Amino acid sequence: MPKKGTKSKKKEVDDVPNQQENKLPDYLELQRTRVVCNDDAPIYVHTFICHSSLMAFHLLIMITFITLALHMFPCEIVCLTQGYQHSGTFAAMGVDNSVSVEKFCKNFKIEINRLTEDDMEFDMIGIDASIANAFRRILIAEVPTMAIEKVFMVDNTSVIADEVLSHRLGLIPLDADPRLFDYISENDVPNERNTIVYKLHVSCPKGSQRITVKSSELEWLPEGSQLSMSAPAHSGDKQKTFTSFSQSQKEILEKPLGVKFKDITIARLGPGQAIEFEAHAVKGVGKVHAKWSPVATAWYRMLPEVVILEEIKGGKRAVVAKPRACTLCRECIRPEESEESTEGASEAQESSAPWKQIELRRVRDHFIFTIESTGSLRPEVLFTEAVKILEEKCERVISELS
Amino acid sequence: MEHGSLDDSSSSTFSIMEEDHTLANSVRFVLNQDPRVAFCGYSIPHPAENKVNIRVQTTGDPAKDVLKDALQDLMVMCQHIRGTLDTAVADFRGNKPAEAMDIDLNKK
Repeated sequence: MPKKGTKSKKKEVDDVPNQQENKLPDYLELQRTRVVCNDDAPIYVHTFICHSSLMAFHLLIMITFITLALHMFPCEIVCLTQGYQHSGTFAAMGVDNSVSVEKFCKNFKIEINRLTEDDMEFDMIGIDASIANAFRRILIAEVPTMAIEKVFMVDNTSVIADEVLSHRLGLIPLDADPRLFDYISENDVPNERNTIVYKLHVSCPKGSQRITVKSSELEWLPEGSQLSMSAPAHSGDKQKTFTSFSQSQKEILEKPLGVKFKDITIARLGPGQAIEFEAHAVKGVGKVHAKWSPVATAWYRMLPEVVILEEIKGGKRAVVAKPRACTLCRECIRPEESEESTEGASEAQESSAPWKQIELRRVRDHFIFTIESTGSLRPEVLFTEAVKILEEKCERVISELS
Repeated sequence: MEHGSLDDSSSSTFSIMEEDHTLANSVRFVLNQDPRVAFCGYSIPHPAENKVNIRVQTTGDPAKDVLKDALQDLMVMCQHIRGTLDTAVADFRGNKPAEAMDIDLNKK
């Protein structure tokens, strides 16, 4: 909280002459760069953004707040995750808290831990939670993808209802690069630039076993729709179909379009049942419907830090082996209720309680990002697209302001 | 659109349509880093409506310019992030055939 910084700054200025430039006392540095995890539930405090000029006013407000707070809550109030964001927080101490663009560019690092065709895990160091969250939100909801939107049912005698079948089809991930396609709106004619057409025609012969219709049976039609809209006016004319492809999609695209995963069950057919339909896939974003989300999911966590405060007795020296693998379950700092400790235990005994020997922290600006792609784009391409979309948003607002 | 006073251009509220926490929180963070900003925050008047209000109060400069600068800074940061990611991916791919195993970051 910026206010806490203000309070101790007053003491600091009185006691120590202002010779140490850019040096904060340890506990403030800890609060600025780490999030301390306690064993109880996080107590969130809204970030207070203060006037850097009205110091005295805030000192008064802050003292009342702290005294009030101490009466109401037994434990320390920690503002998690957000931290001291205002650039003038430690101004009177002579410490510059600002994160200018130059400083950001100098300190920012990305380290890739795992990169496969379907998922990636990488570390972003030196970035703030608000921007990391912005990327996560864009990855889930605003990076476009292709998914089946319209299904033209010709024949459906299966036990799966039309709408249920169509819903399932929409959720099938398609192996199409959405950057090669345009959006389609209500009045547009479906053409080869904004629609992908698939067809399915399966039937289960009478007398045979039940069959399962898998997604591999969806057939891509690069020439466009084959269903005719109405009977042709003259017998020799070409029939008007639901799409008007001026050229085959095979010439535009390099590799054939299909479904990404071939073993998704679409429906099951009993003997004598058949399904015949044509499906049109269009470009969309996850905000409108989750079928257009390009990631299975994308998430981040802060780098955990486990610090051993006191010597842990027991022969050998205890060292933290893999802090990165910590799941922050807080079992190591959970106080245990035992009979002995409540019956007049001595001071020395209390301080060596195992849950007090470890401190659990998270590094505020180190994010371990994981992206799991559903297959239309590679995960690093997805992240690049997400960053581009944030840039486009900024540009849009700038042009609106001008 | 900007809601401010005609004679004092250093404080105003910007109401942006079709935006949500994604952009607003990032812009608020970048604005906070600007030393010209005395106060900044954002709110979403109603969750069903796609609108966000960003409040900027500066120490004298017109709020519009400060917001524009913050947006430009955010764009520069995004471009830098993209560049860093591309280099990191290229490095990772270059090292992979040599190492054939994950880079052990658990040593931290």
